[in-house]
Amino acid sequence: MKSTRRSFIQKTALFSGAFCLGFDWFQANGKEVSMVQTTMESGRFNAFLAIDPSGKIILYSPNPEIGQGIKTAFPVVVAEELDVDWKDVEVRQANLDTQNFERQLTGGSGALKHSWDRLRKAGATARKMFIQAAAQTWNVDASTCKTSKGFVLGPKGQKASYGSLVAIAAKLPVPTEVTYKNRKDYQIIGKRTKGVDNKSVVTGKPVFGLDIEKPGMVIAQIIRPPFGATLKSFDAADALKMPGIVDVVSFKNKVAIVGKSTWEVMKARATVSCKYDSGDFDSDSTHQKWFDEGMKTDKATVQRKDGDFAAAIARSAKVVEATYECPFISHSPMEPMNFFADVRADGTVLLAGPTQVPQSAQKAVASLLKIDEKKVEVELSKMGGGFGRRLNNDFALDAAELSSIIKKPVKVMWTREDDMGGGIYRPAARYHFKAGLDASGNMIAFYLRGVGINAGNATRQDNFPVGAIENVLVESVNQVSAVTTGPWRAPITNFLGYAEQAFLDEVAEAGGKDPVQMRLDWLARVKSNPVGKITYEPDRFIEVIKQAAEKSNWKKKPGIHQGFSVYFSHLSYVAQVADAQMVDGKAKITHVTAVTDCGEVVNLSGAENQIKGAIIDGMGHALFAKLRFNDGVASPTNFNGYRLIKGNEIPTINAYFVDNGIEPTGLGEPALPPTGGSIANALYAATKKRLYKQPFEV
Amino acid sequence: MSIQLTVNKKKMSLDIDPNTPLLWALRDNMSLKGTKYGCGIAQCGACTVWVNGEATRSCVLPISAVANADITTIEGLSDHGDHPVQVAWDELDVPQCGYCQAGQIMTAASLLKKKPNPSKTEIVDGMSGNICRCGTYHRIQEAVKLASEIASKKKTKSTVKKSA
Repeated sequence: MKSTRRSFIQKTALFSGAFCLGFDWFQANGKEVSMVQTTMESGRFNAFLAIDPSGKIILYSPNPEIGQGIKTAFPVVVAEELDVDWKDVEVRQANLDTQNFERQLTGGSGALKHSWDRLRKAGATARKMFIQAAAQTWNVDASTCKTSKGFVLGPKGQKASYGSLVAIAAKLPVPTEVTYKNRKDYQIIGKRTKGVDNKSVVTGKPVFGLDIEKPGMVIAQIIRPPFGATLKSFDAADALKMPGIVDVVSFKNKVAIVGKSTWEVMKARATVSCKYDSGDFDSDSTHQKWFDEGMKTDKATVQRKDGDFAAAIARSAKVVEATYECPFISHSPMEPMNFFADVRADGTVLLAGPTQVPQSAQKAVASLLKIDEKKVEVELSKMGGGFGRRLNNDFALDAAELSSIIKKPVKVMWTREDDMGGGIYRPAARYHFKAGLDASGNMIAFYLRGVGINAGNATRQDNFPVGAIENVLVESVNQVSAVTTGPWRAPITNFLGYAEQAFLDEVAEAGGKDPVQMRLDWLARVKSNPVGKITYEPDRFIEVIKQAAEKSNWKKKPGIHQGFSVYFSHLSYVAQVADAQMVDGKAKITHVTAVTDCGEVVNLSGAENQIKGAIIDGMGHALFAKLRFNDGVASPTNFNGYRLIKGNEIPTINAYFVDNGIEPTGLGEPALPPTGGSIANALYAATKKRLYKQPFEV
Repeated sequence: MSIQLTVNKKKMSLDIDPNTPLLWALRDNMSLKGTKYGCGIAQCGACTVWVNGEATRSCVLPISAVANADITTIEGLSDHGDHPVQVAWDELDVPQCGYCQAGQIMTAASLLKKKPNPSKTEIVDGMSGNICRCGTYHRIQEAVKLASEIASKKKTKSTVKKSA
């Protein structure tokens, strides 16, 4: 949308009578006199805030909330620069609005990094306009006015609320130059801000996807085929006779049971039988064969090459080798997949439900139904977790296709078994590492081959210590399977981080070096004389490593066995020290120290939640999780066989943040990749047993 | 066959399949959607409600088994969202995605009814049947402790008032 600022103001001023820089989006809420401040980039607008004459401040949070705290963090930034009291702010979830928001998605821990400046600008621009409005009213110079908690304060003690200035501010041109607060003046950023939905959550009020009700809506469950199989026939004669059943239909090898209530659908579903073709579908043995082949092939893709690995390994005094095995795992958010779709006779579509990528849902459904994207509206519900699973809109496509067939609004609900058995897993992989050490124990050669199943490039070829090592070769092999995969919280690195950090622990031991000092030495090398392309900042790495060593009393705790790891992912740095103790003859992780550099911490409470949550997540999946395959069918498919970590299995965790004021980077993922490594290394310190596959056998 | 029961102090009469799990009767037939489906096999605790005051997994409990029973769900835990557990949950900023929290809160409130001053071990054990995929366990445990302190302060206050 290209719109000059002037025409933009004129257009929007028509419907308010007061200050209103707005968008059509706000017209739906006509009685709310909106002051919508915008930031501009390439002629596009972002809309984050509205203030009415009564002083009510509404901040719109555009990004999907899956528990990462973005619905609180975004408005915190706007409120800070707007300079209002947090208690006066009301936060609302914005629906998909491609005209007014960019990057309305949750993935890659990238939201704050992307929006930091936009959010600050949204708040600061509005603040400046209120100052100008007040200065004009009081006939004083704007530079003599300041703001505090939603008020403009004049040089002679004048005081006016933002709300009272809305009408005047409306007539001002939007300033192009704004200054941001000095971080020492922050009132909200960096403090503990409670989740904006807390009060609603504790009273059971939020509407998650599964809670969506729409007029005329029916409920459906879908039987999906084994991976790779084709549906030959199905028998739903009994189901169709059962109470509450509306229809049983088939599309794309799936069978959908449609009814009036969940239980009626569940009961009927149990009577439906499906026949599939037979074939050579995926089993664990198939996957093992593919890994073996992938490790042997001479057709691997070279992802990075520094120096001459072969020559360096040949002259090495010592060689360390290890193979790590990564199983398929399920995302298993607490709220299973589900989605609502209403494909209407007039050619419009309403989608509603939990997705991390609403715009992709819109595009994918428009493409499926061969209609214009503008005809597809997407409402965002609250989401019971995501962990990457809701980046794939298979559930939205299923719902839309089914609605188009049965010509009814429908909510498709996945049971836990559907969710765990229905695909889009973390890809399985196998990693082989080889390190060559010189006579002094220094690593002079480093090799990694990653063989993944539907993983694309299973390596991350530029990861530290690459950059510090003279001779490096990183290769990948991708094996194609009918088992569907997708990003799982910290894609690839959620396992590779563990494998790398565990391997480096072996390298340190073989070279007679302290794991912390070894890394610091490498980083000194990166600073003075890097090898090839460097994607990380060595000084930030060094700082988290030093702080973690110091705060954990690294190797100075008698009776405590410690393991170290450090990882750079999604632009944040996290160093961890895990403490293990022998309890009743078994090694147990009792404590984890984590030091994170994510730049400016926007919400300390939310940030701590992300660090602790990611460590618990990483530890739980490293200890317990694995899916098996037999003839195209995954197992287990529920929590009785697929174990998630519980509250009596967690270590204490201390989470620290480096205070450096650098612009913020994300936190949803970065603390997870180093976790498997720190705990594997601590368990090794306690037991002298290296762990090469997940789930760990402790 | 119509089944009578009391839900959040309201008398209800339902004419549904007696095998319908209480969870789906609450959600689909009574529009009480605060109680969540997580696994359907009583493994995760997201569906926890009180049956005659006892924390119970509603996903495997047929409605026929709770005829004439007194059910409390998250919506009925307090009139104004101010049960000590709810206050503590907000105060310590427990929720991340929030999906499991109704079950966690119902379990915690039941634990505190039985043990108003639980030890650390009693809290950890009492809460470890409820899964939180976001990993909010530390704050859950701290919040149960805080809730017990809030409740005991409230009690002290009302005792003082009575004696005054």
